[in-house]
Amino acid sequence: MSQPVNHPAVLETKQAFGETTLIADPARIVDLCRHLKDSEKYIRLSGITAVDLHPAEPRFEVIYHLHSIEKNQRLRLKCLLSGATSPDIPEIDSVTGVWRSANWYEREVFDMFGIGFRNHPNLVRILMPIDWEGHPLRKDYPVHGYKYSYPSE
Amino acid sequence: MKHSFEDHTSTIQATQEIPATPAAPRRMTLNMGPQHPSTHGVLRIVLELEGETIISAAPDIGFLHTGIEKEFEQKNWQQAVTLTDRVDYLANLSNNLVYALAVEKLLQIEIPARAQWTRVMMTEFSRLNSHLVWLGTHALDIGAMTMFFYCFREREDILRIFEMFSGQRMMTSYIRIGGLALEPPRGWQQAVGKFIKAFPSKVDEYEELLNANPIWTRRTKGVGFISLEDMLDLGVTGPMLRGAGLNWDIRKSEPYSSYDKFDFKVPVETSNDVWSRYRVRIQEMRESAKIITQALEGMPEGAWQADAPHVVLPEREKMKTQMEALIYHFKIVTEGFRVPAGEAYQCIEAPRGEIGYYVVSDGTSKPYRVHMRTPSFGNLQGLPKMLEGILIADSIAALGSMDFVLGDTDR
Repeated sequence: MSQPVNHPAVLETKQAFGETTLIADPARIVDLCRHLKDSEKYIRLSGITAVDLHPAEPRFEVIYHLHSIEKNQRLRLKCLLSGATSPDIPEIDSVTGVWRSANWYEREVFDMFGIGFRNHPNLVRILMPIDWEGHPLRKDYPVHGYKYSYPSE
Repeated sequence: MKHSFEDHTSTIQATQEIPATPAAPRRMTLNMGPQHPSTHGVLRIVLELEGETIISAAPDIGFLHTGIEKEFEQKNWQQAVTLTDRVDYLANLSNNLVYALAVEKLLQIEIPARAQWTRVMMTEFSRLNSHLVWLGTHALDIGAMTMFFYCFREREDILRIFEMFSGQRMMTSYIRIGGLALEPPRGWQQAVGKFIKAFPSKVDEYEELLNANPIWTRRTKGVGFISLEDMLDLGVTGPMLRGAGLNWDIRKSEPYSSYDKFDFKVPVETSNDVWSRYRVRIQEMRESAKIITQALEGMPEGAWQADAPHVVLPEREKMKTQMEALIYHFKIVTEGFRVPAGEAYQCIEAPRGEIGYYVVSDGTSKPYRVHMRTPSFGNLQGLPKMLEGILIADSIAALGSMDFVLGDTDR
């Protein structure tokens, strides 16, 4: 169980199953991450992922899993992003400046969910082909993709 | 001999005009992979070379992407166990375990001691399996062919044990939500006991073959350095970190599935090169063998599935006599069990490092979202840093020491 984090970007703190989740302000995510890394010793970023809550609004949750080896603690950050930005994609600041490992994690989220990361050094698809259309892990993306259709559907 | 060679070159210089060499060696871009035997899968690396020195390396991944995370959302909770097998073909049981643990966290069900100990034993076999394949193929890359046959000889025995328990050699799906898929088979103690009694002497054999082997030592010692700070910042986990002097093992720091009841050491080496990673993995194999021995000797009696009738299928006999059992059976088979809404993150120490499953449920019988934080994906991010500035011939030894599985990277 983690200590409470006092930072203006933290909107809410939740505890469940011994895990701590901070709901964070997407506009100040980089500030918060830098604070957590420098002052709270969360030197590892275990991963970044997203959840699509389609058709609810705000539609996307961007999830950061942080880990402090020294304190032996884990922390989850969650930012809510609106999906009603079409045709533009929803955007959040990149944390590659805080942890370099965010580079590929953010590229994966961009590839799978179509969430943009501002100031990312190389925001291109990582798992799907470069010219792929759509973002497969979005809930409105069909399992078979757009390219194939079957008579029964 | 030397004298005459010099004579010969001087005559060439005298008779032919040799073009002046450019001041700096010419840069060259080399495409390695995606079909390259030393990348252990379908990985493409674009290398920028200056002479034989690597200036930069850019890994290109995604060739084995199969959309497993999307597939999770189509299956019910228990069916999805089969998908976890297919992430990493060398650590199927580790992936089974972490998924089961994450979902059990949401379900809040207690797993009986016998099932937990069997899970520990099986995941340690999985670690042995993975390290054996790593050692065999890595030695093969560097030029020691015999190692490959020795390691695969023991691996075959492990796969036979997997088959004995689960009916499958590789895609075991043996660890299920709520316990195990099947009761441990009759006579498993003999099979495991026979293997584990002989195994330490087999590791001695490997060490005898490699430790004093001049080719092996020259190709591993001092090769593939990457600083600990860089590794932590780039998301590298597992034996790579322990080879750089960091004593961090999730089995010790955040014990799961009753690992705290086992007595084992976390091997740490400090030289931070291919050699130290080899030493860490060899010692981990010995520690895993110890854990398996303890599991064999102290295996608790009792149930091998949780007492959770809404999750675990009832016994056949009960279905014929009890109405509740029949109803539960019908519900679980037709719809699947429901998992309370919520989210959980569970991580375990897999052979390659930290596997973390982030599982989200919306209260239905299918996962809403499953994210796999796989160790190979994180480890590969450290590859460009490790390859920078080393010779191209060393790149094979260096990238092999990371022990990534491309299916695990691309999912």
